[in-house]
Amino acid sequence: MKHIHVNEEYCIGCRLCEINCMVQHSQSKKIIKAFREEAPRAMARLLVEEEGPLSFAMQCRHCEDAQCVQACMTGAMHRDEATGAILCDEDRCVGCWMCVMVCPFGAIQRNLVGNKAASKCDFCYTEKTPACVAHCPNGALTLVEEEASHAKSPSR
Amino acid sequence: MLTPEFRVERDRERCIACQVCVRQCANDVHVYDTDDDWVSSDEAACVGCHRCMTLCPTHALTIRRTPRDFRANANWSADRINGIYKQAETGGILLTGMGCDQPYPIYFDHLLLNASQVTNPSIDPLREPMELRTYIGRKPDRVEVTLGANGVELQTQIGPQLKLETPIMFSAMSYGSISYNACQSLARAAEASGILYNTGEGGLHPSLYQYGPYTIAQVASGRFGVHSEYLKTAAALEIKIGQGAKPGIGGHLPGEKVTAEISATRMIPEGTDALSPAPHHDIYSIEDLRQLIFALKEATDYQKPVGVKVAAVHHIVPIASGIARAGADYIAVDGLRGGTGAAPTVIRNNVGIPIELAIAAIDSRLREEGIRNQISLIAAGSIRNSGDVVKIIALGADAVYIGTAALVALGCHLCQKCYTGKCNWGIATQDPYLTKRLNPNLGYLRLNNLIRAWSMEIKEMLGGMGINAIESLRGNRDHLRGVGLNATELDALGVKVAGWA
Amino acid sequence: MRYVIIGNSAAAVGAIEAIRRYDLDNPITVLSNELHHVYSRPLISYLLGGLVDVSRMDYRPRDFYDKLNVQTMLGVEVARVEPEHKRLVLQGGGTLGYDRLLIATGGKPFMPPLPGSGLEGTFTFTTWDDATRIAHYIETRQVKSAVVLGAGLIGLKTTEALLPRGIRVTMVELSDRVLSATFDRTASKLAEGLLRREGVEVRLNNTVEEILGHNGHVDHVALRDGERVDADMVVFAIGVRANTSLIPSDSGIRIERGICVDEFMRTTAPDVYAAGDCTETYDFLAGVTRPIAIWPNAYRQGYVAGHGMAGVEMRYDAHLVMNSIEVCGVPTISVGLTDPNEGEGGYEIMERYDRTAPTYKKLVLRDQRLVGIIFVGDIDRAGIYTGLIRDQVDVSSFQSHLLSGNFGLISLPKDYRKHLVVGTSVEV
Repeated sequence: MKHIHVNEEYCIGCRLCEINCMVQHSQSKKIIKAFREEAPRAMARLLVEEEGPLSFAMQCRHCEDAQCVQACMTGAMHRDEATGAILCDEDRCVGCWMCVMVCPFGAIQRNLVGNKAASKCDFCYTEKTPACVAHCPNGALTLVEEEASHAKSPSR
Repeated sequence: MLTPEFRVERDRERCIACQVCVRQCANDVHVYDTDDDWVSSDEAACVGCHRCMTLCPTHALTIRRTPRDFRANANWSADRINGIYKQAETGGILLTGMGCDQPYPIYFDHLLLNASQVTNPSIDPLREPMELRTYIGRKPDRVEVTLGANGVELQTQIGPQLKLETPIMFSAMSYGSISYNACQSLARAAEASGILYNTGEGGLHPSLYQYGPYTIAQVASGRFGVHSEYLKTAAALEIKIGQGAKPGIGGHLPGEKVTAEISATRMIPEGTDALSPAPHHDIYSIEDLRQLIFALKEATDYQKPVGVKVAAVHHIVPIASGIARAGADYIAVDGLRGGTGAAPTVIRNNVGIPIELAIAAIDSRLREEGIRNQISLIAAGSIRNSGDVVKIIALGADAVYIGTAALVALGCHLCQKCYTGKCNWGIATQDPYLTKRLNPNLGYLRLNNLIRAWSMEIKEMLGGMGINAIESLRGNRDHLRGVGLNATELDALGVKVAGWA
Repeated sequence: MRYVIIGNSAAAVGAIEAIRRYDLDNPITVLSNELHHVYSRPLISYLLGGLVDVSRMDYRPRDFYDKLNVQTMLGVEVARVEPEHKRLVLQGGGTLGYDRLLIATGGKPFMPPLPGSGLEGTFTFTTWDDATRIAHYIETRQVKSAVVLGAGLIGLKTTEALLPRGIRVTMVELSDRVLSATFDRTASKLAEGLLRREGVEVRLNNTVEEILGHNGHVDHVALRDGERVDADMVVFAIGVRANTSLIPSDSGIRIERGICVDEFMRTTAPDVYAAGDCTETYDFLAGVTRPIAIWPNAYRQGYVAGHGMAGVEMRYDAHLVMNSIEVCGVPTISVGLTDPNEGEGGYEIMERYDRTAPTYKKLVLRDQRLVGIIFVGDIDRAGIYTGLIRDQVDVSSFQSHLLSGNFGLISLPKDYRKHLVVGTSVEV
């Protein structure tokens, strides 16, 4: 069980997390192509908040007690059995924005381009390390191993 | 009359206008135009720190020196001409940071190390014990033992010693000249590496008291942050007389860097300039120095070594002898190329002597006087790699201080703009936008890695020479040979020319 | 141990998923009077409107029950619950015993006793079968016009489903504005404008007096004010009531406006839990106990009940009205007390209204705490506000930032932010 630890003390507001998240979720996964050729541009799945010297990146916390999953009326928002990440099946999402309404982190965005659907961190489930963590130059985003919760995940 | 010193080359094929460079430059060189989704650069303020270049995710940026080819003149270099332009404009003293960058001879680069072949075996440090542990402090003239019921018993009282797992320490850098995160990185790395770091003259932030056993606390001419708890917390005390970058010159921390935390640590009002006088006004002689040494020993119950740091100047040899006789436990000598947060350029570039010559001369003199054992000798002033460490120890040092090398490990790119307070790497700054760029969790690991790497290299070099303890190298100049040096220089270093049996 | 669940929607699924976190073995039986695999009830308007096809109706994958070891009894009517015998009596005479029972029978649409309501072409609209029936009727009768009685959420959703089919819709609402239960006057006006822009006729302060037919089929309606509105069909969208019909009055299960439950979703009968639209619970903002028939609460209540049924203590502590709906393509979110009665003291209103966008943001505060929001147009990061309402955070230190354009977690007090971001952090 891993989670992304956000350390605002050391976030330098460079937004390399956002940039690389966007690249990771682009068609080509190539940074220059993703920015200059792909239209529409992919969306970054996280947000960097900034006010004065304080800044931090905020992505889905993949809550154990995930309100977005519970509020989702189509079942598109779900916990991936293999990784435990909260994922949105964009083919099943109808864009009712219940998840936007209940996520206390404001970590779910509306993707209005193409198939309108909730857009959120998928923990880069195809990669070993999420792109934001891998590209944070200052250790403000780190992957932390956390003890497994007491609860069993649903049986396979 | 000044033109930009650097030039930002932006590869338009690669630039994605992501604005990382815009966000990272404290000098506002890069500007984003929202209408055109286009980033451009105004190099006038570029200091060549390479922050943007390093973080650019597409490697679109190259920072180059702007060629400023005045008419060729071996005497009037561009630096000198530009210096005059600046002064003619401002009427002020030219300031700079870091150590002397002028092309004086670097003696390290004219010294070569020995290795064993055939007639004596080399040692493999991966298979056999190799001792780098070093004790800093006064050693007794002779050791007396008695044969008692429990075997041999040591009778001689040995004074306080600092134990180093490797003969390297972090040089004095004050909280104020560098950021809190930089201080914390140094403190934690010292603990992790089993060595010591030095507070400099800025006092000790209470949250760093926990690293006390790995801390050398400085007492400088301004006496900033010196109180009994400060003295008691540290493992050793160091009277700072001078530093290599600016011998004979005091210090000046501008008021804008004196934040609330720094004001509390230094015990001065917030926002006021912190002025370190050039001399200690209670030390005008070796006898005065002895008084302060013993005042500090008295204050700490003779439990801690008390050292003295001086810049390497012309009369360093008799001064060092005097310091030994004044009762100091160690002397730290800072050479010509020692760094600083701010110094007049002309002082930095013209005052003092190279550390290699200073150490060789001091070690020789103290041996001649038969008092070498009474004091440990720490060399500082641009120790750049483990080879320099081995060479300076062979010339007579017990251990080294590294300052610039440590900052480089933390990300310093030697732009020499420490005095502006706009260090883009979060080191020499108190700006909260910038200080967070140095994450001590990463910083201390990088420093720890550096010390580990150098220590392994030192072991390899010692093994090659057939030596299994760093102690056997100290002052062992037979392991050095000189190249490209004249007879006088070889003589001053006490080193034979390469090829000499 | 045998778990039995009556109902097959959000609350039932919440309970199943909760139970199976702790108990992988004991049998769970789900009964439903509908034949469908568990489906997304709110999608019926999308289905009717042609925005999704039947393949997207499944709320959980087809293998959901198999994977979680759940037996289903679909198309089965439960006649009554007998807590004293710990069993259900089924329509037709059979019985089914249980150790822990969850009643999740949902709501049933309210049908006013109107002359003409028995005509062909009158519908309610709360189930998939309703959608199928309406679609069939529209296609076979070539419906051109419809009256939707009620301009609340169901009425709105019904209207939005009919519009893409080219049907002219007249909404008839008894109160003086649309969406009066969730919106304030300004937001209602905005919504009404959006509906009218789409060609919807809106009749306020009015109601249907009588439905009149032709050959047994709906032909037009007569409104209270005397107007006659042509309509090929009428949809009743007045509201739903808790469905408690299978609970006998002597069962020991207390019922008010819904089944009474405590914070663990236990009814007054031992080992009987209830969750979802059939219950009423304490609304901590309004200070009253009432049913709030919304999807997230239904799931949450089922989830809490499931914990209790599996023997794990969990409290239901945030019974909150909240709705996220699009009105003619404009997203809106409303949470909590959005429109405190005028003159009622103690409330502070902050609002920002941009007529051109249009966007509208309204915050309702009480004792320095956020108790309600309405967002129209711009709903991004609304969940942060919902969190502030749910946790009843004292906002006085950052109140002035609440309506600023870049309001975010960064605006929150450091301690709360840290608790939020690091405290309840992620597990993946």
